[in-house]
Amino acid sequence: MKDVNVLMVGVGGHGVILASNAMAEIGMNNGYDVKKSDSLGMAQRGGSVMSHVRWGKHVFSPMIEKGKVDFLLGFEQLEAARWALYLKPGGVAIIADIVVIPISAIDGKIPYPSWNEVKGILAQHTNQIYLIPATRISHEVGNPRAVNMVMLGFLSAFLELKSEAWTDTMRRRLPPKFMESSLQAFIKGAEEAKAMIPAKGIIK
Amino acid sequence: MKQLLSGNEAIALGAYHAGVAVATAYPGTPSSEILQSIARMDGVYVEWSTNEKVALEVGMGAAYSGVRALVSMKHVGLNVAADPFFAASTTGIVGGLVVVSCDDPGEHSSQGEQDNRHFAKFAKVPMLEPTNSQEAYDLMDWAFNISEEFDTPVLVRSTTRISHCKTVVDISKERKADLRQPGFTRSPAKYVMVPSNARIRRYAMEERIVKLRTYVEDFPMNEMLLGTRKLGVISSGVAYQYAREVFKDASFLKLVTTYPIPANLVRRFAQEVERIVVVEELDPFLEEEIRRLGIPVTGKEFIPIIGELNLEIVEQGAIKAGILPATAKPSPQAEPPAPQLVPRRPQLCAGCPHVATEFVLRKIGFHTPSSAKELKKGELIVTSDIGCYTLGVYPPLSALDTCACMGASIGQALGLEKAGVPNKVVAVLGDSTFMHSGITALIDVVYNQGDTTVIILDNGTTAMTGHQGHPGTGISARGTETQAVKLETLVQGIGVKDVNVVDAFDLDAIESTLRRSLEIKGPSVMIARGPCPLYVKTKGTRFEVDTEECSGCYDCLDVGCPAISISEDMAQIDADTCVGCGVCAQVCPQEAILESK
Repeated sequence: MKDVNVLMVGVGGHGVILASNAMAEIGMNNGYDVKKSDSLGMAQRGGSVMSHVRWGKHVFSPMIEKGKVDFLLGFEQLEAARWALYLKPGGVAIIADIVVIPISAIDGKIPYPSWNEVKGILAQHTNQIYLIPATRISHEVGNPRAVNMVMLGFLSAFLELKSEAWTDTMRRRLPPKFMESSLQAFIKGAEEAKAMIPAKGIIK
Repeated sequence: MKQLLSGNEAIALGAYHAGVAVATAYPGTPSSEILQSIARMDGVYVEWSTNEKVALEVGMGAAYSGVRALVSMKHVGLNVAADPFFAASTTGIVGGLVVVSCDDPGEHSSQGEQDNRHFAKFAKVPMLEPTNSQEAYDLMDWAFNISEEFDTPVLVRSTTRISHCKTVVDISKERKADLRQPGFTRSPAKYVMVPSNARIRRYAMEERIVKLRTYVEDFPMNEMLLGTRKLGVISSGVAYQYAREVFKDASFLKLVTTYPIPANLVRRFAQEVERIVVVEELDPFLEEEIRRLGIPVTGKEFIPIIGELNLEIVEQGAIKAGILPATAKPSPQAEPPAPQLVPRRPQLCAGCPHVATEFVLRKIGFHTPSSAKELKKGELIVTSDIGCYTLGVYPPLSALDTCACMGASIGQALGLEKAGVPNKVVAVLGDSTFMHSGITALIDVVYNQGDTTVIILDNGTTAMTGHQGHPGTGISARGTETQAVKLETLVQGIGVKDVNVVDAFDLDAIESTLRRSLEIKGPSVMIARGPCPLYVKTKGTRFEVDTEECSGCYDCLDVGCPAISISEDMAQIDADTCVGCGVCAQVCPQEAILESK
């Protein structure tokens, strides 16, 4: 049973908290000790959202140490760049193709970074960088709010739990109205990962 | 049964299983979810109280009747409730009275940082602190038992990382069945604190602490864990978790009873180890208690006194103090320079009813840059308060001059005015904050003949903390309908003659009403009424930019709406984000912002 440290970052409204709740519960249901911690102070009002999820045999701190994150899930590109320094060397960065320009970038001095700049910042810590077509996939399954499920699906391909271990908990938790589309989003996310990982030449 | 619970959910469930009968609170981050969780459970009276002082007084009354009562609040809430907190310590209780204070180290969502452990010592009240959700759940029954056995309120102190982190909890209990029936026993010597009675109770308070010192020696949740004898770490709360991870082989003494501390247990631990360090967040509270026993300890020499701790801070502090060897990690200087990234500040939402009023305040009253020493004639001083609208301090609105504590805006405005400042002063506060403690200051304005203009931003909810009810909403803590206290009737009732209610999205109405109120002698109240869009969740007709008419002046950006951005040198409104409030359309000099067809 390997320790897993996941940092999810984004902005309010992208389902970061829902995804981290799901991930924490899935870990617990599969025998891990689990802790998760959100930082959202005033997030609903446009600030950044961050969620630490830790699986392990015995987890002490509810937050992951800087430089020890195994997986950085960026639900928004600028936020992914902001928290890149939490990645361990060679950790995995899974970034959604989502850009939310903060008001301070519209009339301010510092512009919103391009994807190449974001990638450059992430590359200071790892060469395992995946830009996920999460928006396209979530639209394909007919549920634009399921970006978080695409991200979890992609992440699941790197971890030792089987797909059913994830979907069993989701089935019990998801509202019926969004059940099928969310599970589809999860599965498509996992498939996307299986297609992209070998292309990077990385063995699981 | 195992469940993943936040500390707040665990506190609620623990209290429920301990048989709590009355639960009260005023919302405040990071404490709000405690009452929200209990409000989903049957058989408990729950209320959002007008403020924390009232919440604790209701809790006291309930405890006097013999039932168990839980009162929860954020750290600064206990400042408001300090008077009844000391009073409850003086009279004691009958049924268990547990006060939960959720501190916010690092000020994630607070106007100040304070260590409320001092309140336990200050008011001579025993205190318990959990290190995770399991302990938060388990210790609630202990808290009520201690309260009843020692005739005292008990302080349970949590922090943001305990309250908001989810950890695994094994739920072992069910709700107590043999609950005490409420009944009041007349006892003036205990409940009527005239000096002659209060003097006698003072002795009871001191005797109680002496007995508690003995009691906590055997408290089962305090835990000694012996590892290497070279280093002994004493810790509590979430800091204990960081310490366990950083000092892997050390010996540990985890304290859950942090006031009074178990002195003999600490002495025994001190004999087992060569050196003791205390790892605690905020003030050197345990450190000073332990040093008073004559035991040499270090703590704040290497653990910062300010802000929230985490693994890096504890580790780096320990390395600097020579407790841990320096790692081979590159020093911070050798790391690549941090790229400059544009900040993402919290901002008022699309369709926020506070925006138009703050836009008008800026237009009328803020003409000099904030670095200027003196205001120009005709500019306004705007005293503000605690709530979403405080975000109006940030550009582009930048329309506030103060924010201190709940309800302070009105008193500050009167003080500035009575001191004789040449500029007019406007106080701005929300509906919930006004009910909490703005009303008493407004009575002061009326009584002392102030000319103060007060703007109540009435969005019909306590928005910042997650849309809880308050007396003005007519919605109870359980979500049922209840009697609403009407703001306009209330302020008229205390004698304010100039009372105006305006549409919070109507710039012209806000401006003309405000200009008139500023000229009127005597107090004025303007209620800017409009619902919080996150609360009502309804959307009006969206607006869009007519690209043929847009001149690219960007005046609409001054509204600070997250739906508006620039695209190809013209303003652009994001259709998904816009809720159709129409404030930007009123600002546009080209009339280029129109309702979508």
